[in-house]
Amino acid sequence: MVGFYREMVRIRRFEERSLRVYQQGKIGGFLHLYIGQESIAVACASLMGDHDHMITAYRNHGHALAVGMSMNECMAELLGKATGCSKGKGGSMHFFAPDKNYWGGHGIVGGQIPLGVGLAYGVKYKDQKGSAMAFMGDGAINQGAVHEAYNLAALWDLPAIFIIENNGYSMGTSQERSSSHPKEGLAARAEGYGMAWEIINGESLFAIRDGVGRAIKRAHEESKPTILEIHTYRYQGHSVADANAKKYRTKEEIDDYRKNHDPLNVYRLFLLDQKIMSEDEMKEIDGEAKQEAEVAAQFADESEFPTVESITEDVYWEADNPDKRTSEGRLFFND
Amino acid sequence: MPEISYRQAIKDALAEEIERDENVVVIGEEVAQYNGAYKVTEGLLERYGPKRIVDAPISEAGFIGMGIGASMLGVRPVMELMFWSFAYVAWDQIINNASSVRYMSGGLINVPIVIRGPANGGTNVGATHSHTPENLIANMPGLKVVCPATPYDAKGLMKSAIRDNDPVYVMESTLLYGTTGEVPEEEYVIPLGKADIKREGTDVTIVCHGPSVSVAMTAAQILKEEHDIDAEVLDLRSIRPLDEEAIITSVKKTNRAVLVEENRPFCGVDAQIAYTIQNKAFDYLDAPIQRVSTIDAPAIYSPAVEPEQLPKAANVVEKVLSIM
Repeated sequence: MVGFYREMVRIRRFEERSLRVYQQGKIGGFLHLYIGQESIAVACASLMGDHDHMITAYRNHGHALAVGMSMNECMAELLGKATGCSKGKGGSMHFFAPDKNYWGGHGIVGGQIPLGVGLAYGVKYKDQKGSAMAFMGDGAINQGAVHEAYNLAALWDLPAIFIIENNGYSMGTSQERSSSHPKEGLAARAEGYGMAWEIINGESLFAIRDGVGRAIKRAHEESKPTILEIHTYRYQGHSVADANAKKYRTKEEIDDYRKNHDPLNVYRLFLLDQKIMSEDEMKEIDGEAKQEAEVAAQFADESEFPTVESITEDVYWEADNPDKRTSEGRLFFND
Repeated sequence: MPEISYRQAIKDALAEEIERDENVVVIGEEVAQYNGAYKVTEGLLERYGPKRIVDAPISEAGFIGMGIGASMLGVRPVMELMFWSFAYVAWDQIINNASSVRYMSGGLINVPIVIRGPANGGTNVGATHSHTPENLIANMPGLKVVCPATPYDAKGLMKSAIRDNDPVYVMESTLLYGTTGEVPEEEYVIPLGKADIKREGTDVTIVCHGPSVSVAMTAAQILKEEHDIDAEVLDLRSIRPLDEEAIITSVKKTNRAVLVEENRPFCGVDAQIAYTIQNKAFDYLDAPIQRVSTIDAPAIYSPAVEPEQLPKAANVVEKVLSIM
């Protein structure tokens, strides 16, 4: 239980540190922060076995850290360094660690969901007892590819778990303005596909573990898919470029979540209440996480950028393995 | 050597690879119970069962994306598109995901998928069903694209495509499925990226691929019989990787080039080929490079007129004569 706390704190401190690095002008492009949603990635990752997989969209730093990727490789990727998890080729939205069953980190809203169904297909094809958790935001649920993926998973009894991290806003558009759905919620669209579904309060790590645990059991034992909708909240903008983050919602709304529904705070109070941890122990964990993020920022700062020559590496397997190449002819056309 | 159809050649390639590698699975609309919209997969369900031959619902974005995801885990899906024209509803998966996952993961993940199906005009099915997107695919680093023109090439290239660790997109032709040619009984593969001289000649090089190969061959015959011109017909077979060496070697021999393709002219494959020739064999050219492409408009339906829109042997002959 202390471990869950540590993991949530690590994600929050990493995100806070990365925001500072961004503000220092060292990170290019977008930065979609996970602050406020940490309980989901931590709870889900804690339930993964050898054949359980994870794939998500661009708000993916929390999942990456939760499955065990290091702050160093993640921070270095944000800075576009060769020591980054994707050698500086992916950036904030595209972290990967297939050795940890973590398949990204995808930039196009909903585009990763068919891939997630493919992971589930692979698990079933290989007769493994496993599952594929495919995460998306509430903004992804109206993409056609998501619905095609729902249908395939239900039609073919694939061990897929669709997890909607519903933070209420698809960029600046609230759920009410984007989605027509059954009154019970977004996950209830599962009824249309004959799929199991559940709505979970994301401020409770235990509630998430319970719900996801049931879905994993269903995947492992019955090879059936599930749609889970986990209610959560992001304090920051859609990305740090979202200067209007406080315009499409009220300050009161944000303050209420921060005070009363923050999953980290809720969990912290639970641990104190149950006397599982003391304030001092928490401070120690907090300090360690801050220090780890600080070290990561320094590591990233001091790392080298990728070489210009590396631009054309990791494009084709064959080009990177010339001794095993079977094709002939030109693969690149740079002159 | 036995003579078999282009359709049979592809089917044989699929069957042999299914037997060779337990990870090979064929997925697509109507590929199993219906035996394939164009009967390429006829009988495969009966032979290999529903685990290896899978009927997909009409959800190209869903099932192709699923294939890409499965390939990341080591499955080797061969996905059939009933027409390559249907690729556009799955474009994000086909272009964005398949070509980028390896790159964005710093080389940690491979996508050994094959997507195959017909890509040709000439069947009076109108603009939405007559696309030849090999130029669009070839524009994407990370993807490979081949366009076999004969049964022999179709089988050999398909087997290589399935064994390849990168995404390979195979563009066939509904008009070629029924054509026949010699295919050896013993196993063989044709490496991607290797062009083939379909007819040797000394006076002009006609570069072509896919459905335009037969157009070029007919033109070469007319040129010989009616004008005593010996044309060399060079079939690219593979667009990316591209056998530039074969193109340059042939042009250096003949000193003239006419490029034929079913793509439209603007940003077509032959725009790149023309660049390559002028860049690497400029001093060998005795005349400007000429092109024959599809007339630059959406595919017309009218059965009487559609043949006029596509490259014709007479156009090729005319272009050759204009530079002799």
